[in-house]
Amino acid sequence: MPETGWLKPDSGTEGVRWRFGGDWTLAHATVLDRAVGSLKGGAGALTFDLSGLEALDTVGAWLITRAAEQAEEAGSRIAWVEPPADFRPLFERVFEAKPEPLRPERKRVLFVDWLADLGAATEQVVRESADLLAFFGSLVETFVRLAARPTRLRVTSVIFHIERTGLNALPIVGMISFLVGVVLAFQGADQLRRFGAQVFTINMVGISVLREMGILLTAIVVAGRSGSAFTAEIGAMQVNEEVDALRVTGLDPMEVLVAPRVIALVIALPLLTFFADIMGLLGGGIMSVALVDVSFAQYWRLLNNAVGLNTFLVGIIKAPVFAILISLVGCFEGLRVSGSAESVGRLTTRSVVESIFLVIIFDALFSILFSYLGY
Amino acid sequence: MAAWHDNDDVVISLRGIVNRFGPQVVHDGVDLDVKRGEVMGIVGGSGAGKSVLLRTIIGLNRPAAGTIRVLGKSMLDLSDAERRRIEERWGVLFQSGALFSSLTVEENIEAPIKEHTDIPAPLREEIAELKIRLVGLPANAGAKYPSELSGGMKKRAGLARALALDPEILFLDEPTAGLDPIGAAEFDELIKSLQKSLGLTVVMVTHDLDSLAAICDRIAVLVDKKVKVGTLAELERDPHPWIKAYFHGPRARAAGIDRAAEAVPAN
Repeated sequence: MPETGWLKPDSGTEGVRWRFGGDWTLAHATVLDRAVGSLKGGAGALTFDLSGLEALDTVGAWLITRAAEQAEEAGSRIAWVEPPADFRPLFERVFEAKPEPLRPERKRVLFVDWLADLGAATEQVVRESADLLAFFGSLVETFVRLAARPTRLRVTSVIFHIERTGLNALPIVGMISFLVGVVLAFQGADQLRRFGAQVFTINMVGISVLREMGILLTAIVVAGRSGSAFTAEIGAMQVNEEVDALRVTGLDPMEVLVAPRVIALVIALPLLTFFADIMGLLGGGIMSVALVDVSFAQYWRLLNNAVGLNTFLVGIIKAPVFAILISLVGCFEGLRVSGSAESVGRLTTRSVVESIFLVIIFDALFSILFSYLGY
Repeated sequence: MAAWHDNDDVVISLRGIVNRFGPQVVHDGVDLDVKRGEVMGIVGGSGAGKSVLLRTIIGLNRPAAGTIRVLGKSMLDLSDAERRRIEERWGVLFQSGALFSSLTVEENIEAPIKEHTDIPAPLREEIAELKIRLVGLPANAGAKYPSELSGGMKKRAGLARALALDPEILFLDEPTAGLDPIGAAEFDELIKSLQKSLGLTVVMVTHDLDSLAAICDRIAVLVDKKVKVGTLAELERDPHPWIKAYFHGPRARAAGIDRAAEAVPAN
């Protein structure tokens, strides 16, 4: 068993003789690093005696090389006693590869750097918004072209995506809307009881589900489910160079990949919203019957008095707009994937966050618009 | 053939390795010995199980039957802690480098050192820089992320990471695939010179006939679910049709292997 490396000075007539011995390997690097630290150079002659080395790897060779260099810088002249012949090539190799002196690093100024980061982030947001707008423009252009030659639209693809984004989302959307209806009625009845106005629970459920909750929840679920799927699918194709293959085959990715997804979601999201509205009203109804002391027939009548067709329309009219936002962001981020698989994950997350953000912004804009119009 | 070669000279020893995926048998009784300090090339047709064999040796794939001894230890019977001690003594270069994409090249090289030793940070950084130089990367490559490197540089960086712990054995999976002929020749040269100066034992899967001719001491050919081992000159005289086609095909002739073979019987 070879021993841990060691380093011993012998004072002789021709200056200090440093004897290196034992195992100079990675396993003992910490000890050796400290031992080499004790080696002080200085004017005069030094001898490095490597004849006692028993094992050596690049780390050991590096430590010895570094020590020699530092001693030389301090003004020593070094005489070498050769290591065992087996270690010669390793020494030569490490000596050739010894690092250059460290380059001075740029000093970081905290505040200035923070300001620069902020500026860079702002610039990026502006540029990306412009890119998204440009993407919307080219989508419109694609639709104009498709309108001129409708046979070029991939009907199979559209139907496939309606199934995936619409039909397959029914259980989750229905479930969430139903539960939100239940919660709304429960909380509403609880608060309105204090004013003896429990019966208005039904107005509250009806209006909030139809105007806001149904569409907003559906849009958020679809953004998480289908917007992310769009980004991931198109992103994976981008990584695989399938999108490039489409282009060189003379097919327009906008036409083949983006347009069918947008059309499918514009059809599916209003339908899903309608379903969500019904489930929400059903949940609210069941809770009202249980808490407010009305029969189901009375609930139905009171609901009819509380909401009109326009209440429903105000909600559902937002659906196609949200559908365009979600599919647009999903496809846009997917096409921005570059090369690495890592960017697929990053951009998928981004696509979900961005599309939910945009959906809520637009929902707020719609509210302002409708209040101006007096709905 | 079945006897254990328990002497110091054999660092890797496979006996009766069987690998199957579902009904498909990939290896059926593979025996292979790799001696200390040699460069062993593993070749075979597509789907012959070269990479599977490599993955079996390094423990990423458990064989259905057979024994694997690395550095005198029977790998399939070791505890996790013992396995880790053996794993510290080998390095692996995967086909496209397999660098951790969230770390810089320097951090990639430091990662195994950090995990397996308690070397202080400044020395660790020095070691990483040294490895970057050893594999011939420019000094500024250390601060770069893998996505900023070309294919050839990624392989070099992957090699530097494989060498981080100064291993005794180096496993390479198609080290020259995807490199241009000049880059591939340089990489061969680098492996050969590192192997000599660091005293490495190298096991490489390759398709590259130039690599075989340039740096491999012995070659293991995977045919008929078994291996045939020999030097280049021996394998060239092998009558097996696939081996014949491999070493005497037009590409072998281009790599200068065939001519060398014709010269052998003439002696």
